Amino acid sequence: MVDFSLWDIFRNLLLALRWTVALSLIAFVGGGLVGLLLLITRLSQSKEAQVAVKAYVQVFQGTPLLMQLFLAYFGMALLGIETSPWLAAGIALTLYSSAFLAEIWRGCVEAIPKGQWEASQSLALSFFEQLRYVILPQAFKIAIPPTVGFLVQVIKGTALASVIGFVELTKAGTMITNATFKPFLVYSCVALLYFSLCFPVSYFAKQLERKVQSGYA
Amino acid sequence: MRIELDFISVLTEWPLLVKGVAWTLGLTSVSTVLGLLLGVALAWSRVHGNFFLRALAGSYVESIRNTPFIVQLFFIYFGLPALGVRLSPEVASIIAMVVNLSAYATEIIRAGIEATPKGQIEAGMSLALKPGQIFLHVVLPPALRKVWPALVSQIIIVMLGSAVCGQISTEELSHAANLIQSRNFRAFEAFIIATLTYLSLAIALRRLLNWVGPRFLFGR
Repeated sequence: MVDFSLWDIFRNLLLALRWTVALSLIAFVGGGLVGLLLLITRLSQSKEAQVAVKAYVQVFQGTPLLMQLFLAYFGMALLGIETSPWLAAGIALTLYSSAFLAEIWRGCVEAIPKGQWEASQSLALSFFEQLRYVILPQAFKIAIPPTVGFLVQVIKGTALASVIGFVELTKAGTMITNATFKPFLVYSCVALLYFSLCFPVSYFAKQLERKVQSGYA
Repeated sequence: MRIELDFISVLTEWPLLVKGVAWTLGLTSVSTVLGLLLGVALAWSRVHGNFFLRALAGSYVESIRNTPFIVQLFFIYFGLPALGVRLSPEVASIIAMVVNLSAYATEIIRAGIEATPKGQIEAGMSLALKPGQIFLHVVLPPALRKVWPALVSQIIIVMLGSAVCGQISTEELSHAANLIQSRNFRAFEAFIIATLTYLSLAIALRRLLNWVGPRFLFGR
């Protein structure tokens, strides 16, 4: 039997941490792009489009992320696409993030006074010009802290990808536990690594929020 | 390519699904009650406690909020036996859910407590109420009323998070779906039905809690 020293355990977990970070970034960036599309659709004039986005958000916020991962994983197989944990986790987490980000950003856009829309309309700007030059720059400012805060949710969400066989931090922890029979030590290290990843982000988000609230953003 | 979906063979296993729903709701209700109680206690410690209590509650909240639920669950179920604490999957699930909910609830309730106007507390003091009485009767009810929507959302997040408890073989809804798909290989259909069930549970739970809160928890 191979003996694992504490350093071996920690080093292997650190190596797996890369994939947690990579998956988080994919989900966050992908979710941001899809979320922006959803936001624009939600702000458009079409009633049907608004209802559709509302339903999308309700579905993704009202169901467990674990089920979304399973559905992506088994749904791909059904469509005849070769299933890989990377693709399934990437898609599920992207869609999940997009729903939350669209909802967060909608709140920020709604915080912009209505007069801003009307003023830009009276300048004969088109819908996209209104968004691009008047509304989004202002909404962007107040959107940063909650968006950074949501990144913590995404990082924690990637832990569930371990269930469909994606080897990230949690899965690596399980595998090392099975090899070393030291669950207490290994899961403590796993938790510690998640904490050292998430805590700075949530601390940063809190600082940003304080800045925005004091009006010095 | 033709995709054949067979929901009937999943739905014929309805007793398993019903049992799963019962477990999900049971886990959620127990951990909601305990989690909120613990949350109130921790929120009190964060606002009124001495330095030691404040630091303790603060680090508890931060360490729980910055680690994933599944890791907390695995730590409790797989890790604690190494210290001689052996738990059944159900108990481990409830502990994990209580721990998780209480950390988030602490921050939410604290925000409500801190928003209490100073005059209210002074009015309570002028009526010769003890600090404990002021907290329970003057500060807490309006604080809960203010933050109730946020608490309801958090309870729903915990209910949805309980899907993870199936991973340690607690027989809740997602575990039932897993069991069904291992019997008839209708994985996609089984998880679709479980997902839709979660969705309706989430909607129903939000309605229920929005109704319960004002009537029983903090008065009108």
